[in-house]
Amino acid sequence: MSDREVAIIGSGMHPWGKWGRNFVEYGVHAINEALEDSGVPWTDVGFVAGAGTVRNGYPGYVPGATFAQAMGWTGVPISSSYAACASGAQAIQSARVQILAGFCDVALVVGADTTPKGFLAPQKGERATDPDWLRFRLLGATNPTYFGLYARRRMDLYGATEEDFAHVKVKNAAMGALNEKARYRKAYGIDDVMASPMVADPLRLLEICATSDGGAALVVCSLEYAERLGVKNPVKVAGVSTVTPTFPNTIIEMPNMSTDSSAGIAPPAAGFKDSIALAAYEESGLGPDDLDLAEVYDLSSALELDWYEHLGLCAEGEAEGLLRDGATTLGGRIPVNVSGGLGAFGEAVPAQAIAQVCELVAQLRGRAGDRQVEGAGVGITINQGLFGHGSSVICRR
Amino acid sequence: MASTGSTRERIPAIEGYFTLDEDAPRLIGTRCESSGTYFFPPEHTASRAPGHDGPLVEVELSRTGKVWSYTSASYQPPEPFITPTEEFEPFTIAAVHLEAEQITVLGQCVSGVTPDDLQVGDEMELVLDVLYSDDEADHLIWKWKPIETSQEAQR
Repeated sequence: MSDREVAIIGSGMHPWGKWGRNFVEYGVHAINEALEDSGVPWTDVGFVAGAGTVRNGYPGYVPGATFAQAMGWTGVPISSSYAACASGAQAIQSARVQILAGFCDVALVVGADTTPKGFLAPQKGERATDPDWLRFRLLGATNPTYFGLYARRRMDLYGATEEDFAHVKVKNAAMGALNEKARYRKAYGIDDVMASPMVADPLRLLEICATSDGGAALVVCSLEYAERLGVKNPVKVAGVSTVTPTFPNTIIEMPNMSTDSSAGIAPPAAGFKDSIALAAYEESGLGPDDLDLAEVYDLSSALELDWYEHLGLCAEGEAEGLLRDGATTLGGRIPVNVSGGLGAFGEAVPAQAIAQVCELVAQLRGRAGDRQVEGAGVGITINQGLFGHGSSVICRR
Repeated sequence: MASTGSTRERIPAIEGYFTLDEDAPRLIGTRCESSGTYFFPPEHTASRAPGHDGPLVEVELSRTGKVWSYTSASYQPPEPFITPTEEFEPFTIAAVHLEAEQITVLGQCVSGVTPDDLQVGDEMELVLDVLYSDDEADHLIWKWKPIETSQEAQR
């Protein structure tokens, strides 16, 4: 549906790492890189869509304004989105909707974070009505707890092995080593992964994504604006999904202590995680067979396998086969996480979904260097933020 | 003299989530009477079943269910988790599916159960155990305990 498409004419990223500096610094770096890439001056930007962070005080809650001020107030309208890991996709959608509604021609999307070391944890205080607080207090259930549950289930139901999960890490680390923006650029062997300490059985330290500092930005505009700028055949956003679950969601999800009950109302035909990509496919008129690459949210190595199935790259229970066949590595049928994924980046929450799209942009422009997917024309990102935030973006040339 | 353990007050770590019947505790949920949907933790505000408005009635949930999946907490969870022992001891967490209510509920497993002891589909029962203790009392929580079948007893 080309009447709903917008162009991405610039992308920028601060490298991922762990420095503990002001998150605004990372975001501004990414913005300047994206603006320079696009040739659009800051003063021409008609809208700023910021993705928020809850770990950096008030400026993190109002990222649209934070970055508009940091770049120099121009009176530009802004939005600030918070949707946990899906915040970046909501910011992209916010910018896209403004452009499609005709309120502006060119918009800036930005997200950046500075994260503390260790497990992501709730903010201080006693909050017995906050499920995110309760799961830590009553159960000691961290984020990796949920990743471990999904992984163990794959082992019992589909015959996944610990070596399969390690294989995902090895594959992504090899690709991440080629990415100058990645935090971890070291290649690992299966033995290295298997020798790392257990965190949430069967997942080990090297299989669970770290938390990182980082920043990512995109310059998004109408197709007419891109044409006026003289951009030939720009990367286009063909579909964006920001779906929430349909009741009852029968899979245990962060931060919940239980699922919905399906005793009274039957579950929907497509579960929540399947519905995320389906909405993006439907909007774009594209499907799994059209994809040349995918960037999926590998919060754990095993979770990448779940996403193969939720994207429709293979049937349920067949992800291990796809991995073992080499289909999802560089040069395979459908390379997944050629950026190195979260395993090589570590998660900078509000920047991560935007960074996934930055990788699609690099690939579709043929500028991904040693990790280039040959002839990449269509790519998808997929991600999920806790508290029911789906996120998927499809880009095409 | 009675042992000191028997005189300590035992109180729930959270009110209204489970009964304090030490022999056969049950989770307390609510049921939306118009949709037949169950909620745990108990939902008292409004039915979350779309298109249904209750009424919500309090119900005790099944005491037993089947393992949906399981994992370990091999590292000490951050606050607000309270480590019950001086030195952190890894524990196992299971998601258990209750057939009648068609709901899956997370819980720690009782001490001594490791992921290697479990399989998807194993039968589990609800028990009460100490989550943490302070000067005033032992704070109780629900936990999952494997039901030893005759087959397992043999192996």
